[in-house]
Amino acid sequence: MFYREAGQFNTRYAEDRRSFPLRQDRHGLAALLAVAFVVVPWVGNDYWLSAILIPFLVLSLAGLGLNLLTGYAGQLSLGSAAFMAVGAFATYNLEVRVDGLPLLISIALGGLAAALVSALFGLPSLRIKGFYLLVSTLAAQFFVGWALTRFGWFSNNSASGVISAPRLDIFGVNLDAPAGRYLLTLTVVVALFWLGKNLVRSELGRQWMAVRDMDTAAAVIGIPLAKTKLLAFALSGFYLGVAGALWAFAYLGTVEPHGFDLNRSFQILFIIIIGGLGSLLGNFLGAAFIVLFPVLLSNLVSLLPGGLIDAGQVENLQKMFFGALIILFLIKEPEGLARLWQRFRERARLWPLRY
Amino acid sequence: MEFFFEVLIGGLLAGVMYALVAIGFVLIYKASGVFNFAQGAMVLFSALTFVSLLERGVPFWLAFLISLAAMLLIAVAVERVVLRPLVNRSPITLFMATLGLSYVIEGFAQALWGAQVHGLDLGISDEPLELGGMLLSQFDIFAALTAASLVALLSWLFNKTRLGLALRAVADDPLAALAVGIRLQRVWVVVWTVAGFVGLVAGLLWGARLGVQFSLSLVVLKALPVLIIGGFTSISGAIIGGLIIGASEKLAEVYLGPIIGSGIENWFPYGLALLFLLVRPAGLFGERAIERV
Amino acid sequence: MTQTAATHLLELDNISLSFKGVKAVTGISFRVAAGEICALIGPNGAGKSSLLNIISGVYQPQEGRIRFDNRERRRMRAHDVAVRGVARTFQNIALFKGMSVLDNVLTGRNLKRRSTWIEQALRLGRAGREDDSQREVAERVIAFMQLQPWRDALVGTLPYGLQKRVELARALAAEPRLLLLDEPMAGMNADEKQQMSRFIIDINRELGTTVLLIEHDIGVVMNISDHVVVLDYGRKIGDGSPEAVRKNPEVISAYLGTRH
Repeated sequence: MFYREAGQFNTRYAEDRRSFPLRQDRHGLAALLAVAFVVVPWVGNDYWLSAILIPFLVLSLAGLGLNLLTGYAGQLSLGSAAFMAVGAFATYNLEVRVDGLPLLISIALGGLAAALVSALFGLPSLRIKGFYLLVSTLAAQFFVGWALTRFGWFSNNSASGVISAPRLDIFGVNLDAPAGRYLLTLTVVVALFWLGKNLVRSELGRQWMAVRDMDTAAAVIGIPLAKTKLLAFALSGFYLGVAGALWAFAYLGTVEPHGFDLNRSFQILFIIIIGGLGSLLGNFLGAAFIVLFPVLLSNLVSLLPGGLIDAGQVENLQKMFFGALIILFLIKEPEGLARLWQRFRERARLWPLRY
Repeated sequence: MEFFFEVLIGGLLAGVMYALVAIGFVLIYKASGVFNFAQGAMVLFSALTFVSLLERGVPFWLAFLISLAAMLLIAVAVERVVLRPLVNRSPITLFMATLGLSYVIEGFAQALWGAQVHGLDLGISDEPLELGGMLLSQFDIFAALTAASLVALLSWLFNKTRLGLALRAVADDPLAALAVGIRLQRVWVVVWTVAGFVGLVAGLLWGARLGVQFSLSLVVLKALPVLIIGGFTSISGAIIGGLIIGASEKLAEVYLGPIIGSGIENWFPYGLALLFLLVRPAGLFGERAIERV
Repeated sequence: MTQTAATHLLELDNISLSFKGVKAVTGISFRVAAGEICALIGPNGAGKSSLLNIISGVYQPQEGRIRFDNRERRRMRAHDVAVRGVARTFQNIALFKGMSVLDNVLTGRNLKRRSTWIEQALRLGRAGREDDSQREVAERVIAFMQLQPWRDALVGTLPYGLQKRVELARALAAEPRLLLLDEPMAGMNADEKQQMSRFIIDINRELGTTVLLIEHDIGVVMNISDHVVVLDYGRKIGDGSPEAVRKNPEVISAYLGTRH
C-alpha cells in the first residue's frame, strides 16, 4: 500500500538506469543519509561511535572490496587482510615521510598501493582458475605479513613493529574525536559505495559477472579476460587498502601486521557470505552482523548466573556459532541476508495483499 | 656437504609429516570432491581428545580407540549436516562450508578440552641417531616409518578391497556410482572416518613434536601447497609433494634465510606452489580437467 | 547462384585438427557465401562442433588456413574472431546464468563500447549517453526475438527453449557478419523448432546475416538452408545445395539412410 510502484513510470532509459528507481527508495535513502550525517554525530555516545559504528562502516567497505573480486568477478580470495595492511602501512608511511600531504590524498595513495599489490598477486588468475587461485591470495597474505614485520622501514623502525596513527587533520579541522573520525569514515564509505554502485552496474560490472559465470563464453563474445580480471583485483585492492587505512587510523589508532592476519581475511569472507555475494547492501548487513554479534553474545552471557560460562568459553562458543551460521547460510540462503531483505521488500510491495 | 644432506634429510622427514596431513585431504577430495579445510581442526580435535583421555588415566590403546570413535561420530554428523544438503553445489561453496566446519570443530575442541598446551609423549626418544656421518632424529625416522605403513595400508584398502573399489567409483563419478547401487552416504561416512583416522595419527605425531595445541590446526595451511604440487587426487602425489615442500622449506630457511630474513617458511611453500601452478595447473599427478564447450 | 571469390565470406582450406592423436577433422575445405544459410550436418562425432570451434577461434587447427572476409587468419584467438564480426551460440547453452536477459544481451554489445570504466564509474556524460544508446539496440534485439516479457528475468530461471532464444539474442546484439549456431534446435519440440527456424530465416533475410549452423533435424536443414556441407568421421563427404546433397549416394549411405 505504501511501498509500491503504481504511478511511477519511467519514460526515458536514463530514468530506468537510476540507482534507485523507486521514489520511496530515494526518499528513504536521503532520510538515512541525513540521519547518519547530521543526527548521529550529535546524539551518538563515544562508545557507540568508536566501537560499533566506525568498525561497522570500515568492515562494510572491506566487504565491498572483497565482494567486487569474489562476488561479482568470481575470483576467490583469502588475502583481503594483506591488502588492507598494505593500504594502512602505505598511508602511514606517506603521512610520516612526506610533509604536508593532505590526509585524504594519503589514504587514496595508500589505496593505490594496495591496488598495485593486489593486481600483482592477481596475475596468476590469468592462468589459474577457480579453487586453485586461493594459493595466490594466500601467498599474498603470508608474504605481506612477513615483509611488513621483517623490514623495519615499513614501521618507521619502531622497536615493537607497532605504529600509532598520526593526527587526523582535514582542511585544518582536527578529527581525532570520535565524532570526527566517524564523519571521516562515513564520508569516505558513502563516496566509495556510490562509486561501487556505478561500477557494478556498468559495462565493467557486467563483464565481471560474465567472467564469473562462464569465462570461456565471455572470451568468445569478445570480453578481454585479462583486463577484466586484473581490474577486478586492482579495484578490489584499492577498496581494501582504503579500508585498511581507515581501520588503522580512524578505528584502532594503531597498526600492527598482526591485526591483518589470516583470521581477518576469513572475517571479511564471512561478511560477504553472510551478507550476500554480489550485493552491495549485503556488505552492510554482513558487517553489522559480525560487529554486533559478539557484543550481543557477551551481553547475553552476562545475564546468565555468574561463572557459568567464562570469557574464554564465550570465545569458543562464538566460534562454533559463526561456523554453524556459515554452513546454515550456505545451505539455506546462499545469497545471504541481502536476499532475505529483498524478499521482505517484495512482500512489502504487495502489502497488504499477499501475492 | 654433510651439513647439506643433514638439512635435506631433515627436511624430507619433516615433509613426511606434511604428506601425512595431505593424505587426509586427498582421501576426502577423491571421494567427496571437496577440499576439506576442516581437516586441520579434525587433526586438532582427535589429538586433543586422545591427550586429554591419556591425562585422565585412560590406557593408550583405549584412548586411541575412543578418539577414533569420536572421529566416526564427527564423520556421521558431517555427512548428515553438511554434505547431504550441499550435494550439488559448486566446489567453492563446499570449501566455504568446510571453512565454517573448521570453526565449529575448533571451537568445540577447545570448549570441551580447554586451550592449554598438552605435552604428548609417545615413548620414542628424541636422541639423534648417527647414520653415515649424519645426525638424524629417531623421532623423524619413526614418523617416516609410520607414514609408510599408513600409505601401504591405504593402498591395500583402495586397490584390493571391495570397499576401495566403491570409494574409487564414487571419486570418479558419484552419479554413476549411485546408478550401480553404491550407497553414497555410507561411502562418505567411511571416507571421512578414514580421513579422521589419518588425522589422528598425524595429530599424534605432530603433537608429540610440537605439543598438542591450537596451532596444530594450522597444519592445514601447509597441506595446500603440498596438494598443489602433488595433485589433489593422488596419494603418491601427496607423499612426493610433501617431500618436496618439506625439503625445499628447510633448505630455503637454512640457505636463503640469512640473506632474505628469517621466517620465510611461512610463505615459501606458497610461492613454490604458485610457480608450479603457472607451469602445471594440475599438479604433478593430478588430472587435467577438460572443458567441453 | 554463381559464387565468385568476392562474395565468399568464409573459406576453409584443408583444415585439420587432432587431439592427442585422435583426429577430429581432416582436410576440410568449403566456402560459405555472404548472405547464405549454410548447414553443417553429419552423424554424431563427425567433427562438426570442433569445426565450429576452430572457426570461432576456440581451437587452433594444426593444418590449413581460414579466410574470413578475404583476409587470412593466422592463429586467431576467440577474442579477435569476435572483433572481426563473428558471433556464435553453443551446444550446451553458455549464458551467464546469474544475470538478467537484458544484461546478457547487453554483454553481447561489449565490443561496441567506447567509454572507459572510469567514465562509467564517475557517471560522466559520455558514459550515460552510451548506456542509453546501447540499451536501445538491446531492446530492438529483444523485440526482434520476442523476449520482452522476460527482459528482467534471471536467465538461469528460464525454461530451456527461452534460454536458447536469449543466447541467439546475445549473439545478434553484436551485429555480426557471420553467425555460428551450434545445434540451435536441440531439445526442442516441433512448435519450438518452427519458431526458431522462423527466427533464423528472419535474421538472414531481414538483417542480411550469413548463418552457418549445425543441425541434426534433416527436415529443418532441407527447408531453410541454401547450402549444405556433410561431414563423416572428420571428413567432408558432401557439399552443395540441399537437393544435390540429398541425392548424394555417399551421404545417403553414411547418414541419411533409406528413403521412405
